[in-house]
Amino acid sequence: MGFEKFLFYVFALILIFAAVRVITVRNSVHAALFLVLAFFTSAALWLLIEAEFLAITMVLVYVGAVMVLFLFVVMMLDLNISPTREGFIKYLPVGAAIAAVIVIEMVLVVGSGYFSSDQYQLISHPSDYSNTKELGSVLYTFYVYPFEIASVILLVAIIAAISLTLRRREGVKSQNPSQQIRVSRNDRVRLVNVTAEKKQ
Amino acid sequence: MEILLTIIIILLKIVAILAPLLTAVAYLTFAERKVIGYMQIRIGPNRVGPKGWLQPIADAMKLMFKEIIIPTKADRFLFLLAPVVAFGPALAAWAVIPFGNGMILSSLDAGILYLLALTSMGVYGVIIAGWASNSKYAFLGAMRSAAQIVSYEIAMGFALVGVLMAAGSLNLNQVVLAQQGSILHWFWLPLLPLFLVYFISGVAETNRAPFDVAEGESEIVAGFHVDYSGMAFAVFFLAEYANMILVSALASTMFLGGWLSPFEGIPLLGPLFSFVPGPIWLVIKISFLLLFFLWFRATFPRYRYDQIMRLGWKVFIPVTLVWLLVVGLGVLGQVGPWFD
Repeated sequence: MGFEKFLFYVFALILIFAAVRVITVRNSVHAALFLVLAFFTSAALWLLIEAEFLAITMVLVYVGAVMVLFLFVVMMLDLNISPTREGFIKYLPVGAAIAAVIVIEMVLVVGSGYFSSDQYQLISHPSDYSNTKELGSVLYTFYVYPFEIASVILLVAIIAAISLTLRRREGVKSQNPSQQIRVSRNDRVRLVNVTAEKKQ
Repeated sequence: MEILLTIIIILLKIVAILAPLLTAVAYLTFAERKVIGYMQIRIGPNRVGPKGWLQPIADAMKLMFKEIIIPTKADRFLFLLAPVVAFGPALAAWAVIPFGNGMILSSLDAGILYLLALTSMGVYGVIIAGWASNSKYAFLGAMRSAAQIVSYEIAMGFALVGVLMAAGSLNLNQVVLAQQGSILHWFWLPLLPLFLVYFISGVAETNRAPFDVAEGESEIVAGFHVDYSGMAFAVFFLAEYANMILVSALASTMFLGGWLSPFEGIPLLGPLFSFVPGPIWLVIKISFLLLFFLWFRATFPRYRYDQIMRLGWKVFIPVTLVWLLVVGLGVLGQVGPWFD
């Protein structure tokens, strides 16, 4: 067994453990942190197949940004897990049915032979091969339209999300920094000549 | 057997980087107290050892022998994990910093991306500490820090995009080599706005004054580490100072020519100083930038929280976006002497 294979099994075990803990742990903050561990370990798995750009981007986007905001919300909400466990038996048949459908779909897709390992041989590259550069040169030439369309769709989503949270309310007080800076001494300070009190 | 040997060599290299780094962290705290002392017309610590030079060691001894108090309702595991999570990325990032041509622990091709990913991990230490302490002041500090770091990371990332466009590579060794020539070839000149944005965002990301709202001792006691004591507190402290050195090292590598001599290309001085090894120049540049960190702390009052957000989103991000266009045009037009 090669060293890489050994690493793969170590990371795979950690990944499965973390993924199971995400849904079994009682505390929602712990669950979010296990999800962070799961993302991190899957990034490590990607590194093993020499996809360093995807792996680092995974850490950067999911661990560095998405999960920080996720934790932000989960911590603020102070969720109590016990009421959500109620009705577990009641919803079990529906859940089991959906799970069965997903399992059948997965078996059909994975078992079709299209994703078998002899279709996707791992191509090893010399150490000076830059994954990032190759990806960029393909994304911005061959796939430039799909890429641009995807980014425009994301932009629309961003604008929509922001405009949904914008609510004009009456009587909201806020500072206008440029106005604050433009204030001069004459606007604020008034010198008053007060006549001294006379001795009696 | 061969793998074992490689691992041992790598471990030795890690020790060779970390031992000087941790010494530098210890003496940075001393330098901070001395520099700020003189700026405020005081003398600073001068009792322990000759001229106070053993002060950091005395501080470390004191912190080590103090009791670590864990609050009653705290999440014990996460409470103790948080300082480690804060400290780890600050050390791991040193793997891709070149100390000389090829003097680098891991010549990673996606070096700049790796740095971005790691610096974004540092926030977890703060968030976990704030939540695990089960205290409202700590939690407020953690929330402030999370919002601040997520905002400034965008500007920081865009600044790094400018560097990678100018250098044409994500490998930090290549980035320094692309700045060869003279002090005017370094990227601080063509990327001046990005340099300023990067350094100020770096100050914000390390939670240093004037952006230290996560600590904000006048409003929320000490922010996220209010409940920490002893060594657990010391590790947070170490992480902050290690991060300061890291940001300075990255700014010197990407904008100030890294290990390159500032006298390069000058007729008489260039050959005269060519005997100085590269790492010495890097250390001088790092120290120069670190002085700014201390200077900021002695000079500026703390930013108000909404002003920090405004600066990050409405000033820095537009500045970097505009300058990326300028750099792009420069690269396209092969404007010399930087982009040809």
